[in-house]
Amino acid sequence: MKLTICGGRLIDPAQQLDEVIDIHIADGRVLALGQAPAGFTPERTLHAEGLVVAPGFIDIGAHLREPGPSYKGNLRSETKAALAGGYTSICCRPDTSPCIDSSAVVQQILDKAEALGQAKVRPIGAMTKGLEGTHLSNMAGLQHSGCVAVTNMRNAIDNTLVLRRCFEYASTFDLRVVFYPEDSWLKGEGCVNEGALATRLGLASVPAAAEAIGLSRVLHLIENTGVKVHFGMLSTARAVEMIANAQKRGLAVTADVDIAHLIYTEKEIDGYNSQFFVEPPLRSAADREALRQGVRDGVLSAISSAHLPHEEAAKMAPFAAAEPGMATLETVLAQGLSLVEQEIISLPQLVERLSTGPAKALGLNSGSLSIGQAADICLFKTDQTWTVQHGELFSAGENYPQKGETLSGQVMFTLVDGRVVFER
Amino acid sequence: MSQDNRLPDAEQLIAQIAERLQTLIAERQLTNIAIVGIHSGGVWVAERLHQLLAVEEALGSLDISFYRDDYTRVGLNPSVQPSHLPFTTEGRNIILVDDVIMSGRTIRAAMNELFDYGRPDSITLVTLLDLAGRELPIQPDITGQKLTLAANERIKLNGPELLRLELQDAK
Amino acid sequence: MTSVTHSSTDPRTVQLTEDGKLRHFLTIGGLNKAILEEILDTADSFVNMGEQSVKKVPLLRGKTVVNLFFENSTRTRSTFELAAKRLSADVLNLDISKSATAKGETLKDTLQNLEAMGSDMFVIRHADSGAQHFIASQVTPNVAIINAGDGRHAHPTQAMLDMYTIRKHKGDFSKLKVAIVGDILHSRVARSQVQALNMLGAQEVRLIGPKTLLPATFAEMGAKLYTRMEDGLKDVDVVIMLRLQKERMDGALLPSEGEFYRLYGLTTEKLNYARPDAIVMHPGPINRGVEIESAVADGPQSLILNQVSYGIAIRMAVMSMAISGQTQQKVQQQLSAQQSEDDNEEASA
Repeated sequence: MKLTICGGRLIDPAQQLDEVIDIHIADGRVLALGQAPAGFTPERTLHAEGLVVAPGFIDIGAHLREPGPSYKGNLRSETKAALAGGYTSICCRPDTSPCIDSSAVVQQILDKAEALGQAKVRPIGAMTKGLEGTHLSNMAGLQHSGCVAVTNMRNAIDNTLVLRRCFEYASTFDLRVVFYPEDSWLKGEGCVNEGALATRLGLASVPAAAEAIGLSRVLHLIENTGVKVHFGMLSTARAVEMIANAQKRGLAVTADVDIAHLIYTEKEIDGYNSQFFVEPPLRSAADREALRQGVRDGVLSAISSAHLPHEEAAKMAPFAAAEPGMATLETVLAQGLSLVEQEIISLPQLVERLSTGPAKALGLNSGSLSIGQAADICLFKTDQTWTVQHGELFSAGENYPQKGETLSGQVMFTLVDGRVVFER
Repeated sequence: MSQDNRLPDAEQLIAQIAERLQTLIAERQLTNIAIVGIHSGGVWVAERLHQLLAVEEALGSLDISFYRDDYTRVGLNPSVQPSHLPFTTEGRNIILVDDVIMSGRTIRAAMNELFDYGRPDSITLVTLLDLAGRELPIQPDITGQKLTLAANERIKLNGPELLRLELQDAK
Repeated sequence: MTSVTHSSTDPRTVQLTEDGKLRHFLTIGGLNKAILEEILDTADSFVNMGEQSVKKVPLLRGKTVVNLFFENSTRTRSTFELAAKRLSADVLNLDISKSATAKGETLKDTLQNLEAMGSDMFVIRHADSGAQHFIASQVTPNVAIINAGDGRHAHPTQAMLDMYTIRKHKGDFSKLKVAIVGDILHSRVARSQVQALNMLGAQEVRLIGPKTLLPATFAEMGAKLYTRMEDGLKDVDVVIMLRLQKERMDGALLPSEGEFYRLYGLTTEKLNYARPDAIVMHPGPINRGVEIESAVADGPQSLILNQVSYGIAIRMAVMSMAISGQTQQKVQQQLSAQQSEDDNEEASA
């Protein structure tokens, strides 16, 4: 399949490109930029005037709900949602049911994803058996069968020696660890940020210190073991500062923040709106400001979706009894563009944090449109307005807190390996 | 605050009512009488009648706010006075007194409340004024004067020292 | 799914009708001084009614009040039941174990069934903060919801009966210093009291307790925080003692009952720090010798028994106001629905 995308504004942070330029694709790869090579005749031409042409987005840690209860979603619905959101690769989280702690489960997911031919799925495996935090998983086997990293999600590894051994073992195979720092004791039953609002609402809270202490413990072990760690879904100013210092000291650490923490603050939970119950909890305005600054100056090199789809009933409960999480895959771009609109970050920065940034953080050879790279591309229109509602969304998740709101910015085409797999 | 010449003198009216009430009591051969006023204007009129008729039994008072049929529409009056009936109503001949009867709903509420206290032998209704606009089949046995007001007019009894009727604009 | 907009769960509006009348009573927050005073004044009428030989009035005749207690509390439930019965309502008591309704969906089914049976009011106690808020905003918004205690969040009828007690015995709030003592952290009563006292214009609200039970964030609710009784009780007009849950004693919050009583128990000696005419209150039930000395609980400054009797009047006031507000809201909605129907007919004619 030969294809040309012409007239679009190509933004490829990896090549520091931001200009109106044609892109020619053959055999699933980028063949040329600008002038078509002699004798190149595209079978299809996408006219991209007024569109941004960017490397397909890559997500660290979306939940694709398979294997697991299908009423919350499945690979078909969620990888379709990914394409609609501009994502071409999803590094999915392992807390499925059963969890991704064996090659069999990895193979099952990869086979299904390949058969679907939608977004690419690159599983993140469980770092301990059953994510229970006590026994190492078969990390080498997981890596061999296709896991791009391992993680223990937010499940505590209370024994620091076990954690150190996890790191030592992972680093043996140069396997990256994705870590969600949180002190489980300080978190306890907490479901909202510690502060005046939590006090007034009478909800159990998680102090910012829970994240800092969890992070600090891991930073020390990284120095000991030399493991490559990516910190996911940071939520506090203090954590951003600690990551910046660690990077300054030359530690091989990267970090991301999820979209919800860049957009919202704890204020949203006033009124017990369980749609805003997420883990880690939404924090203060000062924390959000520090996270935005971190994205701007690159301390946080990726923006993650933290996509966690739920059926309607999961949120129909008193706040703390509801299930945490937000469905986000299809709103990340529009919400990111709102940050561009407010001049908090630039458009190339947004593209970088959604594609090249996460690719580098997990050591993936993707996230760029250089010649010879896989043609994983998304084309979006920054001023396309749309309303978040049933029928517009492909995810099985009903937990989009923006339902009914009109957003600006929508994906028009998504290409995976040079094939147009989604168009609106 | 215009003293409308259509309005009678309240104290004079009460004196006339007292005479007619005396006659009626005699005609009907009512014994074991108790006077009950409806808060707040009715209580003032009842006090005068109680004195003029020299009734032995202490005066009773009712605040019918809790018995109104329109509270779900207009809400509660948050300064309800306690109803006070210092006698048993069972077997009594009650003289129920209010300043004004118009729709009849207040008297309906007052009779309901009286029956919550027991079963009187009879109730005789006395009002200072009888305004057109009845919504229920309730008529006073004795009334001082009948009046018809314009749609925008309301009447108010001022007291308790010197009882005086006043015409007001409806909001 | 009906879309969950911000306004439908806005705590400032969910309790009130479009004209600012009470239709649910969920928390003190978001109300205003006028409404609190209306509650106190209305309760006054019902307290006075206590002098009558007939203590029952027909205000809620034909209405059905359902007491839904997801947490056991015979005491609180009884006062609501008595209040509803004195208003001539039909009362249904349901004790629902938490396990049966652990999932939100079941809770929703249960409540919507009760609504379909014609319930006009739910009096709800629930272990989860915000449960009543969730029900009022998303499950059965057309049934008046009265919060009889939710998690650590609010117990607004208890706070209002305390405000009634204070106003009746001490008068003008603006001249009063009030201290609340004990386990503030876990207390929904304390949270509601602090909000009510501030809304009614109390001169000073103080909270006293060890830091494990009194997080610094309470200062932002409009209270001065004290860790020593000697400082906190100085010159106060009202002392409110909170109940200390026995199960809290074993954790890492407090070393022992004995030490707590020695430091924060209200004894005759410690009451001397307060003004000589200070009153002593307690939401009950009392742990004698844990948070308060018997001589103080039964002493001349104690109003603990008065509080109980005012509790029924406060609940009658809140119930009748909420039913009235809810009915007005329904009538208004019907009128506006009728109106738009008429408009449509006109437009199509």
